[in-house]
Amino acid sequence: MTSGWQMVIGLEVHCELKTATKLFCGCPNMFGDEPNTNVCPNCLGLPGSLPVLNQQAVELAMAIGTALHCEIRPSTFHRKNYFYPDQAKDYQISQYDEPLNVDGWLDLPDGFRVGIERAHMEEDTGKTSHAGASGRIHGADYSLVDYNRSGVPLVEIVSAPDMRTAEQARAYVTELRAILVASGASDGKMEEGSMRVDANVSVRRSAEAPFGTRCEIKNLNSVRSLGRAIEYEAQRQIALIESGEAVVQQTRHWDEGAGRTEALRSKEDAYDYRYFLEPDLVPLVPDAEWIRAVGDTLGMMPAERRARLIGLLEQAGGATDAQRDQVATVVDLGLDDLVVEAVAGGIGSGLALARTANEAATDADAARALDPKSYLELLMLESSGSLSATQAKAVLAELFARGGGDPAAIARDKGYEAMSEDSLAATVAQAVADHPDEWGRYRDGDDKLAGFFTGLVMKATRGQANGRAVAAELARLRG
Amino acid sequence: MTAPRPAFETATMVRAGEELAIDVLEHHLAVIEEGEESVHAFNLVLADSARERARAVDARVAAGEDPGPLAGVPVALKDNLCTRGVPTTCSSRILDGWCPPYDATVVTRLADAGAVVIGKTNMDEFAMGSSTETSAFGTTRNPHDTTRVPGGSSGGSAAAVAAGFAPLALGSDTGGSIRQPAALCGVVGMKPTYGTVSRYGLVAFASSLDQIGPFAGTVADAALLFDAIGGHDPLDSTSLHRPTPRVLSVLDDGVDGMTVGVLAEFLDGADPDVVARVHQAAEALGAAGARIEEVSVPEVALGLSAYYLIAPGEASSNLARYDGVRYGLRVDAADTVAMNTATRTAGFGAEVKRRIMLGTYVLSAGYMDAYYNQALKVRTRIIEGFATAYARCDVLLGPTAPTTAFAIGAKVDDPLTMYLSDVCTIPSNLAGHPAISVPFGPGDDGLPVGVQLLGPALSEGTLFQVAAVVESAAPDLPAPRLTTGAPS
Repeated sequence: MTSGWQMVIGLEVHCELKTATKLFCGCPNMFGDEPNTNVCPNCLGLPGSLPVLNQQAVELAMAIGTALHCEIRPSTFHRKNYFYPDQAKDYQISQYDEPLNVDGWLDLPDGFRVGIERAHMEEDTGKTSHAGASGRIHGADYSLVDYNRSGVPLVEIVSAPDMRTAEQARAYVTELRAILVASGASDGKMEEGSMRVDANVSVRRSAEAPFGTRCEIKNLNSVRSLGRAIEYEAQRQIALIESGEAVVQQTRHWDEGAGRTEALRSKEDAYDYRYFLEPDLVPLVPDAEWIRAVGDTLGMMPAERRARLIGLLEQAGGATDAQRDQVATVVDLGLDDLVVEAVAGGIGSGLALARTANEAATDADAARALDPKSYLELLMLESSGSLSATQAKAVLAELFARGGGDPAAIARDKGYEAMSEDSLAATVAQAVADHPDEWGRYRDGDDKLAGFFTGLVMKATRGQANGRAVAAELARLRG
Repeated sequence: MTAPRPAFETATMVRAGEELAIDVLEHHLAVIEEGEESVHAFNLVLADSARERARAVDARVAAGEDPGPLAGVPVALKDNLCTRGVPTTCSSRILDGWCPPYDATVVTRLADAGAVVIGKTNMDEFAMGSSTETSAFGTTRNPHDTTRVPGGSSGGSAAAVAAGFAPLALGSDTGGSIRQPAALCGVVGMKPTYGTVSRYGLVAFASSLDQIGPFAGTVADAALLFDAIGGHDPLDSTSLHRPTPRVLSVLDDGVDGMTVGVLAEFLDGADPDVVARVHQAAEALGAAGARIEEVSVPEVALGLSAYYLIAPGEASSNLARYDGVRYGLRVDAADTVAMNTATRTAGFGAEVKRRIMLGTYVLSAGYMDAYYNQALKVRTRIIEGFATAYARCDVLLGPTAPTTAFAIGAKVDDPLTMYLSDVCTIPSNLAGHPAISVPFGPGDDGLPVGVQLLGPALSEGTLFQVAAVVESAAPDLPAPRLTTGAPS
């Protein structure tokens, strides 16, 4: 950031809800099907059709509100009127001045708190594609539209303009995504468009100065784009102001390839949406019991789950930065229950976390499906020295491939009998005898050569030896 | 022509196997054949599918089954009610070629009750009008005098029942579109409490005001049809969860001990002969045991102005979907936006365009508070005004329309005068209340006069009860002759 300037960032995140059906009809809510196959009179806006609100969508929206510490309030739906062919009715049904969720907050992993102004429900539009040189609706040779997405339930989460750096904006989207996934409300897939981010960016000369004129940036398809776009846009605005020009309130399009934002439309040509109360729907007034029931079904949120793992590490003496990263990975992938259960079963928190963050994470879907008891047994075999680290990893891969099983039985099938102390000692002795020079240097205190001998033993035993047992034997021989 | 047989009798005979539904149908098709050219009640007569349906009803009776309370009764449908696979036009070119892939809930309920849909009736385009003259497919003529309008917007349905083309018809009423044409054509027409009849499959004009209701030759037949179509529908979120009043059973209960308020504001602008009929109806109710009072609800005078802000506002949004993209008319142009404009320019008539413009304006930023939101406050005041009246009265009585049927062409170029036709019907739509128009003899010109009974929400039972007494006291009305000139 150019010195003497501060960015002010607020984010609007559209999140598609993971419902079975659309917001106002019974059509499947599915991504990637043949165009115009998941449609009915309602989501095609046929004359005479009427919307009926999807209860599951309301509950997921309330779950988001609860997870973001919002007040859940009586709400209404409005019509947002504008002509565009992806809108089957040429208006969008959206919550307007009486949204379902208001006044919440989200804590970033570093503790910075971002206010949530509102999280309201609305329906998604269809998808258009325009053939021709312009790529836009004006001047297109023809336009195609797919209404499969028309009427898919969305929640739009509007943050307060609380963020001051692009890094905070990235952390906010990452954390929000984790919350949406953890609450079961969304799959959070930015690349499939199930989570879409618009950024409002302005700059000012100091933290005390009033907010500057903002621009809204659209077409941010990844957390990386978000960060780049914000940095670019802030620099653009600073350059304008420093050269004596004014920032014009605009909607701007992020061009990922060119690495810049471009004006889409200014405030003067903004649509007049002619919002009015949707007469085909009645107010949505969740009672306290319903709100409580939805809250009760909500699992732990990522912040709480990270704190749980850090707590386990701290009981065992503290968490390193690398371990904090591992905690973030494990929670992000939803594998933290494996760690917690393993530690409860007597496994050291460091081993449980490392195995989960490094190995289980390579196939997170399979890991989430794994019976935590099998995972615990596996780690116990490794922890007790019955399996080497290499063997434990191989058994885990097999557990994933089979979708579960008995780790001890898999180890036997693979011929991973724990080596007896005698045969281990004999193998170590052979390695020492074969490399007298290296042994001499090791004996004289060159500890690095322990790795050399361990490697030889591992090679000779094809990985069956327990690394710690080898180290212990080497130390014993050195005397 | 002979007086049409009531639907109630027809259904009873068909259910008992004493008459065949196909014979009933053929009789009505013959009446249509004879009179439709001079009346033009229909956009489409569904002779083939109706015959198929009538034979199915007969087969069920022959098999010992009961096809339902409307067994074999032909019913005409306003052409804004969706019928699967059958063109539904709203009498607009913009829906050219469109066949809904589904039936409106009321159409399903008619079928479940054994009724036979005989055709789709003409209407003002998108129900915007009071004379059926804004139809893109020509004007429907009043069967009592074919130089006169039948009223509107459900003019085709009203004329079809008056001409004996069908004993029953359905219409929709946004500001009087059932009651006013019923009055002008000398038939019974009723607007139910908002939320009583499902709007699913009714092509929307103004969603917070639209309600489907029955046309019939008699109060009892209107009750029969209302009972068949009412009740909660999960497909309409504004459909009430409360039980719909069953009206058929209360028709003979009389008005003894009731209080009927004659609504002063409705008499103000009405023609003297119409006012005289209202007083005559009040006297008849008094003679039957009701207490008659004069009542003032000053707020209803604001209804017309409020309506012409709220209804166009909603309509401008409801009619946005006719953009040429998905169905109906498409006029090709250079790109999609130009196509949208060309399609809407060609597809909508002048009155529809006027209301879209008006509605777009009143919802616009900077004007919304002055117009639309102000109208919503008026709406609340009208509800409060009615509540005061209903604290004292069981029902209110007034004219349905200020005049009898006017000449074709007389008002079509003067929208404000035309809008005044609905001054007595609009307040019930704004309040969401039920109201019924009952024929009450001819006016000075020999054409039908309708008197209107209004009640609070869900008072359909009471309204029908009072309507039956009014009907029994009504002076005779000359039978429609389907010719030019009023009866002497």
